[in-house]
Amino acid sequence: MAEMLTTADGIPLKAALARAQSRARRKALFLVLPLLIFTLLSFVLPIGAMMARSVHNPEFVASTDRGTGAVTPIMQNLKGWFDANPLGTEPDEAAYAALVADLAHLQETKASGSAGTRINYDLPGTLSLFKSGARGAGKLEPPFKESLLADDARWGDPKLWQAMRAATAGVTADFYLAALDRTRAADGSIVQAEENRQIYIKLFLRTFGLSALITFVCLLLAFPVAHLLATLPMAKSNLLMILVLLPFWTSLLVRTSAWMVLLQEQGVLNDSLVGLGLITEDQRLAMMYNTTGTIIAMTHILLPFMILPLYSVMRTIKPSYVRAARSLGATSWTAFRRVYLPQTLPGIGAGGLLVFILAVGYYITPALVGGASGRLISNMIADHMNDTLNWSLAAALSAILLAAVLILYWLYDRLVGIDKLKLG
Amino acid sequence: MADGAQSDAFVAFEHVQKSYDGVSLVVKDLNLSIAKGEFLTMLGPSGSGKTTCLMMLAGFETATHGEIRLAGRPINQVPPHKRGIGMVFQNYALFPHMTVGENLAFPLEVRGMGKDERESRIKRALDMVQMGAFAHRRPAQLSGGQQQRIALARALVFDPELVLMDEPLGALDKQLREHMQFEIKHLHERLGITVVYVTHDQGEALTMSDRIAVFNDGKIQQLAPPADLYERPDNSFVAQFIGENNKLPGTIEELSGGKALVRLATGEVIDATPVNVTAKGQATLVSVRPERVEFKPEMMPQGAHMIDAEVLEVIYMGDILRARLKVAGTEDFVMKMRNTLGQTRLDAGQKIKVGWHPQDARALDPV
Ligand SMILES: Nc1ncnc2c1ncn2[C@@H]1O[C@H](COP(=O)(O)OP(=O)(O)OP(=O)(O)O)[C@@H](O)[C@H]1O
Ligand SMILES: [Mg+2]
Repeated sequence: MAEMLTTADGIPLKAALARAQSRARRKALFLVLPLLIFTLLSFVLPIGAMMARSVHNPEFVASTDRGTGAVTPIMQNLKGWFDANPLGTEPDEAAYAALVADLAHLQETKASGSAGTRINYDLPGTLSLFKSGARGAGKLEPPFKESLLADDARWGDPKLWQAMRAATAGVTADFYLAALDRTRAADGSIVQAEENRQIYIKLFLRTFGLSALITFVCLLLAFPVAHLLATLPMAKSNLLMILVLLPFWTSLLVRTSAWMVLLQEQGVLNDSLVGLGLITEDQRLAMMYNTTGTIIAMTHILLPFMILPLYSVMRTIKPSYVRAARSLGATSWTAFRRVYLPQTLPGIGAGGLLVFILAVGYYITPALVGGASGRLISNMIADHMNDTLNWSLAAALSAILLAAVLILYWLYDRLVGIDKLKLG
Repeated sequence: MADGAQSDAFVAFEHVQKSYDGVSLVVKDLNLSIAKGEFLTMLGPSGSGKTTCLMMLAGFETATHGEIRLAGRPINQVPPHKRGIGMVFQNYALFPHMTVGENLAFPLEVRGMGKDERESRIKRALDMVQMGAFAHRRPAQLSGGQQQRIALARALVFDPELVLMDEPLGALDKQLREHMQFEIKHLHERLGITVVYVTHDQGEALTMSDRIAVFNDGKIQQLAPPADLYERPDNSFVAQFIGENNKLPGTIEELSGGKALVRLATGEVIDATPVNVTAKGQATLVSVRPERVEFKPEMMPQGAHMIDAEVLEVIYMGDILRARLKVAGTEDFVMKMRNTLGQTRLDAGQKIKVGWHPQDARALDPV
């Protein structure tokens, strides 16, 4: 039974087949090569670099000149002391001497910003400590421990020493800890961040919760529209399709601003409600610059991504299935629930996944209409990219987001099966 | 038809009309009564309104005018799921997300039937179509013929008294189709159900049906048992639609005692049975089946006319020989001869005389 099959001239069948196909495969590879290179350069590399940044941040031990890009090693004395003394060693005079020497070196190389910013990520307020420390380091006399502490007592903070030790390593998981509202205590153990600094987990949960809600609302709104699209006669369904696609042809900003005009407290909707006497002047509804605004605007923007996959699946469901169910004795509701709905599952899955993933990463709409309560994790990532310039933390947050989405894919595959996904 | 007969009918269409667009009638004044246990076939060319009639009966289309009755009860207002009619669709419409067993369980579940009874019925229905071993397969894992059987079993599993089938064998190959025709017919006889069957395959209609309704242009052209339909077509449409047919245009020369003499355009006179001609001088189309054409004078009855013919070609078809003749100016006059041992062999170019029994030639309306 398990005898190996060979071709007429005795070459194993598998080998012959592989040889026959390899030429065609080489040719195919050659054709997609440009795209492959483009994808590599524009997608894999940047994301890879970003991910690397989330665990590797050498700013404390290497200062990069923004202009020339030249890298200067800094804080090397302190790094030497950390290497020689294990975690938990009380910083002694030698340690302080190394620190003072490094601070003086920072002043020479104008690198106190680089080192200070890095520590500032972990302990807010330390950037100024480093700047003033570097300025005064040249005037300090031994014993350095006393003189430095006399200059500013914060230099004796065990948390600062812990942060500096962690930062000399370069490779660190601290940004992931920060992204999960954790921080390291002075002895290096992982603890919860202070109450008022625990923001990321809450934001992640809100992002996923809101995205799920938006996905669900989109599904509710899209299902009947997609059904209409799939069943109406060609001429009418084409018109409807144009209406569905219209938002794609309008700038995202314009659409979002339109919602602002409609929904703000002095907006069209509130004015009409007041005008109709349904609410009084001081009862104007707050539908903008909060969670409600985010939900409404994002649902509108993401709706086509739900309608299109649903439509493409529904179009293939022949009306004879529902008719068969009806002739077999099912009420129209039962026929819908047991025969029609299950057959639309690939579309629901595809649309749901698409909308959810887009919603999780959505940035511009919540930034414009979300106010304080409607902000999502992506806005926080943008803040870290643009304002605080803590790219490592931004990268860590993004990586967590990416991981969550991948887990979602995996779950979907386990529960429904990725082969049941139909995007068009 | 008399009123008494109408109310006896199991299924009755009375003056039913249907229009989809409010401009044209797809079904024009349909009157049809079907007896209990009958196998009635709707036969007709594409677009003649067969499916529309079936859909009105099943409840998926509403009649624009007229009444449809099932077991004496008007059903125009009854929703499809309350009609209790089994239906087999052309593309089977087996639910793809359910196994064969679940497909069969569906009509029983919606009727609130208990699990034990469900299972015994499903088993019985599957055994009936010899598919007992396939209950756990998905429809996509079955061949066309097997899907067809499951669709049949599903339409029968809840014991409907009336089963509608819309071109159920259209997608099968010839051999399988013939086999399934036999099986459906057999099931019909065994279960005593009433079947309304739609097809545009006349062979299928002739072999399976008790009666055939020939549809054209939204009207029933003839409603008759298969043999009548084939041998005694009421009009030219039916004569041409069912089986092969020779058409000879002419005018009525004499009309008496159920016999007619027809003068052809070329001057010859032939015998015919008048069907829907009423007066001398009327234009008519005489239809003669190829297998009823004779060329041996000794086979002809006394006094019957024979006319000149020239053999154009003879085609060997195994069981029969098919000769194409030039008769009365037309070159596509066909004669079929049984391929027997003693059969006279004709050759192309040979001049012969052909004729037929007067009752085999029917003088119909000219088209
Ligand atoms: N849903 C519909 N809307 C409008 N016109 C229709 C519709 N269904 C059928 N028709 C028209 O009604 C006529 C009869 O159609 P029907 O489907 O009954 O024909 P049929 O006899 O079943 O033909 P076939 O043998 O091709 O199945 C056709 O001219 C068709 O175009
Ligand atoms: Mg049809």
